Amino acid sequence: MTKPKPWLSLSGIGVFAVLLLAVAPLVLTDHWLNNLGKYCCWAIAAVGIGLAWGRGGMLVMGQGVFFALGAYAMAMHLTLETAGDRIPGFMVLYDPLAPLPMFWEPFRSAGFTLLAIVLLPVLLAGLLGYALFKRRVKGAYFAILTQALAVALATLISSTIRETGGDTGLSDFKYFFGFVLNDPANKLMVYLIAAALLIVCLLAVWQLYRSRFGELLVATRDAEERVRFLGYDPANVKLVAFVVSALMASIGGAMFVPIVGIITPAEIGAAASVLMIAGVALGGRASLFGPALGAMAVGWGQSSLGSTWPEGWTYILGLLFIVVILFLPNGLSSLPARFAAARRRPAEQPAPAIAVAELEEVRS
Amino acid sequence: MSTTSKRMRTLVATGAIGTTMALMLAGCGARAGDETAAGGASPAASCVDTSGSTVKLGFLNSLTGGMAISEKTVSNVLHMAADEINAGGGILGKKIEYVQEDGATDWPTFAEKTEKLLTQDCVAAIFGGWTSSSRKAVKPVVEKHNGLFFYPVQYEGLESSPNIYYTGATTNQQIIPAMDFLAAQGVKRLFLAGSDYVFPRTANAIIKLYAAKLGIEIVGEEYVPLDKDDWTSQVAKIVAAKPDFIFNTINGSSNVGFIKAYYDAGLTAATTPIISVSIAEEEAPAMGHEVTGQYASWNYFQSLKTPTNPKFIENWKKYPNSSGVTSDPMEAAYISMYLYKALVEAAGSFDVAKVNAAAKTNTITFDAPEGKVTLDGDNHHISKPGHIGKINATNQFDIVWASDKVIEPDPYLEGYDWFPADIRKQLTDAAG
Repeated sequence: MTKPKPWLSLSGIGVFAVLLLAVAPLVLTDHWLNNLGKYCCWAIAAVGIGLAWGRGGMLVMGQGVFFALGAYAMAMHLTLETAGDRIPGFMVLYDPLAPLPMFWEPFRSAGFTLLAIVLLPVLLAGLLGYALFKRRVKGAYFAILTQALAVALATLISSTIRETGGDTGLSDFKYFFGFVLNDPANKLMVYLIAAALLIVCLLAVWQLYRSRFGELLVATRDAEERVRFLGYDPANVKLVAFVVSALMASIGGAMFVPIVGIITPAEIGAAASVLMIAGVALGGRASLFGPALGAMAVGWGQSSLGSTWPEGWTYILGLLFIVVILFLPNGLSSLPARFAAARRRPAEQPAPAIAVAELEEVRS
Repeated sequence: MSTTSKRMRTLVATGAIGTTMALMLAGCGARAGDETAAGGASPAASCVDTSGSTVKLGFLNSLTGGMAISEKTVSNVLHMAADEINAGGGILGKKIEYVQEDGATDWPTFAEKTEKLLTQDCVAAIFGGWTSSSRKAVKPVVEKHNGLFFYPVQYEGLESSPNIYYTGATTNQQIIPAMDFLAAQGVKRLFLAGSDYVFPRTANAIIKLYAAKLGIEIVGEEYVPLDKDDWTSQVAKIVAAKPDFIFNTINGSSNVGFIKAYYDAGLTAATTPIISVSIAEEEAPAMGHEVTGQYASWNYFQSLKTPTNPKFIENWKKYPNSSGVTSDPMEAAYISMYLYKALVEAAGSFDVAKVNAAAKTNTITFDAPEGKVTLDGDNHHISKPGHIGKINATNQFDIVWASDKVIEPDPYLEGYDWFPADIRKQLTDAAG
């Protein structure tokens, strides 16, 4: 595969930024702009998955866990901001006389909440990654473990209705760090923050991919043992990618809350985590833009096709997923390169780099 | 090294520019405390256009996912009511044109579709929902955009909104009659089994308060998540607790698993009967003969002898994709559409403020299949008769108890001294 020139990717991010930050607010209705904001949140998480899975070869099937950390930290803060001095309404409903649970108390502070959105996923992913990668847990075992965590967390939230809102989730937020959420100008601000964060995440991975770390990450993905023989510890390389992807999922989750106005365990559980993966696979997991665009496309499909053809749209997604896995292992974003390669050398097919890497992983 | 740090600087700078740009825009938005000054409390002007020959209404139910099995019936009966009204000339002479949306058994999707129906499709009112979770997701959105939402399923009460009309029972029209029935039967030991979500949890909190007043002992309380069907270990606890009766607030298909575990454990309607608030004519056949002899508390039963019920049943049986049996939630959905028609015609307008004003100044009634219902313009609920039915061999209900008159809606249980005033105050305060 020929490497794209770095300035080309950078100007691509520039064009994307102009589209998201300037063009979209001008041409889209409030409803679709808000939806786009939601897709941006999924795209932020997807950029992280692209880093961990596409470049790092770690199939992170439970990013919902980190999405939940950011989302619930934010939702708890906004719930308390709305409730003021009172105990949140939903808690009164289930056990009218009990006080506010202890772990809610610090989320009154805006500073603590922002810190928690950053530090909680970093700490959890750091601990988890350290324990797993140092023990050389990888492949299907790693994927199943992360998926199980997402299921466990969703079940825990569902079963602690008084502490977390349970299956009903947390909703009805009136304020966002002092700003009235109903105000269209503030809704626009929240959208712009999410879109800007997506651009920042893209810039961050653009930088990581062309750094020495990016090379090491790909090397670890394709031949972990060789990297070890060269004197690097692959566990550390994977740990960094895993922690960064967790942080991005958490940021996406945190912005999801003021934009969508509700967070429930269904948005962070197994199905939601797999849907995040699906978007990344569709778009092209190893490319810069593939994960983000894929996640946005899946989000759009859910809103749009889900409206016109509710029973059919999941089949379309499933079918598309199968077609991409079978015929386009590098995702839809590899289509232009494929066409170009086919025109240059009609006889030769480009090597499916990732498929080979994964085969090796299964063998090891 | 130096190039890397230079790159990092560019990166940080770009990020900072983006974030600053976003924050600068915030300058124009309203801050907490000055809602009245800028936008906060005054929603954007409605885009509803009824100048033509039609009026657009939104139908929002789960057509996919776990709740689809129940909600499709509600959705279908809304279509039937709209067709009937259109055949009769429409509302204020305007034919109903409906936009169907799928809530997909996902509460954020309910919120998103509500926003779409109100701001993109510009519907005059939205009908649908089933679970309390879906209603709680819709509520802030209809309030924000000052829309109207008609919710057709019995629920846990303790809620009211100027933008929602509730045509299902609140607690004092279903739960409290059921408790009165149990007390009259001489029940002393009661076990509570429910799905783990807002309705059963809240209903059981109320049941416990009332049971204390009635002198009924609660010998156990168990919850299982909505999407889980295995009740084996919970039923073992029921067997050990030896209750006289089981109060069942389980919702959806989880009921099938519960009834199976109940029979496998050797419990029967003769020894430990169940009273349910979510098993109706639709659900009973799925549980077969094992549910025969059990009780349910509803306002409407297909077996009710009222002037309008035979025609309702007949129309429904003829309707395409109909399930063939009528039940309480679908009847409440049917009421909601006719109630809206009556409200709009009393107001002479589709405007939300005028409709709400008409609700307060007029006596809005409808000769429903369950009997004549009257709207309470202050709390947006309707009066309903209370009924207890016993499931017979044909999966229909024999009426074994009926309230002597219609029960006025009392969502905050203000007429019940056993409901603590400080809790009521906390709840109304939290509702804002």
